[in-house]
Amino acid sequence: MTGVQSILPEGTQPTPMLPKGLKRVPSGVDQLATEHLILNVGPQHPSTHGVLHMLVELDGEEVIAAEADIGFLHRGIEKLAESRRYHQMGTILDRADYVSGFHTETAFALATEKLAEIEVPRKASWIRSLVMELNRCASHYVWLGPVGMDAGAMAPFLYLMREREMILDVLEAISGSRMMFNYVRPGGVVRDLPAGIDAPLRAWLAIADKYLGETEDLLGGNEIFRARMKGVGVIAPETALAFGMSGACLRSSGIDFDLRKARPYCAYGEIDFDVPLGTVGDAFDRYKVRVEEIHQSVRIVRQLLDGMPEGEHTSKVAKALRPPAGEVYAAVESPRGELGIHLISDGGPTPYRLRLRSPAYYNLGVADELLAGGLIADMIVSLGSLDIVLGEIDR
Amino acid sequence: MSLFLAILLRFVGLVALLLVNGVVLIYMLRKVLARLHLRIGPNRTGPWGLLQTTADVAKLLTKEDLRATPTDRLLFNTAPYLVFVPAFMAYIPIALSPVLVAAHLDTGPLFVFAVLSMVPLGVVMAGWASNSKWSLIGGMRAAGLQIAYEVPLLLSALGPVMIAGSLDPLRIVAAQSGTWLGFIPRWFVLPQIVAFFIYAIASQAETQQTPFDMSEAESELICGFSNEYGGMRFGFLYLAEFSNMFIASAVGTLLFFGGWQLPWVATPLWLAPIVFIVKVYIGIYFMMWARGSLPRFRMDQLLGFAWKVLIPVSLVWVVLSGVVIRLVSR
Repeated sequence: MTGVQSILPEGTQPTPMLPKGLKRVPSGVDQLATEHLILNVGPQHPSTHGVLHMLVELDGEEVIAAEADIGFLHRGIEKLAESRRYHQMGTILDRADYVSGFHTETAFALATEKLAEIEVPRKASWIRSLVMELNRCASHYVWLGPVGMDAGAMAPFLYLMREREMILDVLEAISGSRMMFNYVRPGGVVRDLPAGIDAPLRAWLAIADKYLGETEDLLGGNEIFRARMKGVGVIAPETALAFGMSGACLRSSGIDFDLRKARPYCAYGEIDFDVPLGTVGDAFDRYKVRVEEIHQSVRIVRQLLDGMPEGEHTSKVAKALRPPAGEVYAAVESPRGELGIHLISDGGPTPYRLRLRSPAYYNLGVADELLAGGLIADMIVSLGSLDIVLGEIDR
Repeated sequence: MSLFLAILLRFVGLVALLLVNGVVLIYMLRKVLARLHLRIGPNRTGPWGLLQTTADVAKLLTKEDLRATPTDRLLFNTAPYLVFVPAFMAYIPIALSPVLVAAHLDTGPLFVFAVLSMVPLGVVMAGWASNSKWSLIGGMRAAGLQIAYEVPLLLSALGPVMIAGSLDPLRIVAAQSGTWLGFIPRWFVLPQIVAFFIYAIASQAETQQTPFDMSEAESELICGFSNEYGGMRFGFLYLAEFSNMFIASAVGTLLFFGGWQLPWVATPLWLAPIVFIVKVYIGIYFMMWARGSLPRFRMDQLLGFAWKVLIPVSLVWVVLSGVVIRLVSR
């Protein structure tokens, strides 16, 4: 095991990039002799999407500076992981990103398999891809609806809940749970796809594109919504890279990086799909990219379902798995971006250290830069467009 | 003595109209929004949930009257009445039929707009006295919004008034009787279609509903200026909002949709109030429809829209219709 090495050239010091007018105290008054207002947004606020606390300095309605304060949902998942056996890990990892549990589970399974050199049956890989894509749709639905609510539109949220419910019913039939699945294990998945899962899945596939199109008409086709989203919260490609952003936030800035294409895992190497890209990097681009990702996921699910291979759903793995000592990193493309598991084993039955690379954490990092300069309403929309899940950020 | 009794009866009648409207409108809003949202809405209290709002009113009435210590006591307590009383006064000149009116005012619509322009004062007061930053921002927004949208609202009412040649609700409605070419009702909405759209937008803003619900803006300001209010004080603020909805729709019906008159046939006197109420509720339904499906504007877009689009357009429209009316009446 080696220590942390600096990625900077030798002799250079990292320059801290702090936004102008550092906060905690009002940074002053302007020429009109009006006092700035410090506003605490959250942690109990309808639009901070969980328990995020934003410290905002206001000049009238204008946001002078904003600072994200996280940690209200910290449960010590990484530490807890050090006392869990490998087949028990799903239970706590589901609770990290509670909106898309399959991705965290799969990332951990991939890491463990890499470390212990376990072969995964082809069918298990396909099932993993299937449930992950379904989960991506469910997660994007529950992003798209609330971002509409942030902009003041109530109806799309409830329309999308109807589709999400269909997916959750399928996921419940597959895994036994609606959100805390604990289904993907090192070596494969817990059990085979249940008989008759085809019918409800096809029912969803039949309506998914059509219903999503209706929602697109209500949101993206609405002049008010466009006026609210366009040009708001623009992230330049350089900024996105500097903050280590990933997922739709990165791709909406025009950078083509999707782990499913860049480093194919599970069944993605055999599947045909496109990676939607944005051009401007504003909130509207992030909206468009995510909507198109749902359409692409529908396409992927259709292919997975048609070509589902026969065979075992898991390989034989010892209950008390003891991977050899070593260090490994595996990542999947979660709905929020690159979700990585950095796993260190000392040869014992539990990990020596488990670190979760939370994509939403890095995406939220840009908030301080992103939110300053807009109005209160812009701040809410920009923040919503990042798609943060506090369970994953705080871990 | 009989004069006193008459005044008292009218007063009681107005209060009853306002309260019944409030209860019905809140139930209607819930059901309409639920239907738009693929939900069910209230269905537990009484048949079809009809008693839900009654239960809510009872709850609000019996709640403890809470006031946070750092609030400004006098202003905090006064503000709800300052919002509620103008909303109540606006009912006075609304004529449900040629005879059913609390007070026959020659300047009916003008009086309504005048008293309603006092509402922002109460809203700002509530926002300031609450000693909460959210309430303050909400109150300021409401003030900016209502000042901006009052101008096009008044200008849009000018068109029908010019055609009728009077501000008297009775004469405005009377001018809308009969038909053009034998089959088009002489409702002012047709010649004044631009004014009607301006009125619809501006009244949606005046009643602070989505897409103009800036002062409440749930996803931004949580509950805006009424954040710190509870119990019946909140009830008054809430009730005023719904009664403003009724007023906006009622004035719109008087100005643009022929008031209590049925199209094509003469309206019997007993039917007039029913026709009027039905028309008003159809208008309210459309307001709720917009509320249930549209996103919200941003504050600067909203003010820009009012000052740069609505006011110039309505000014030009007033001049145009003035010229046309003069030419036609010659």
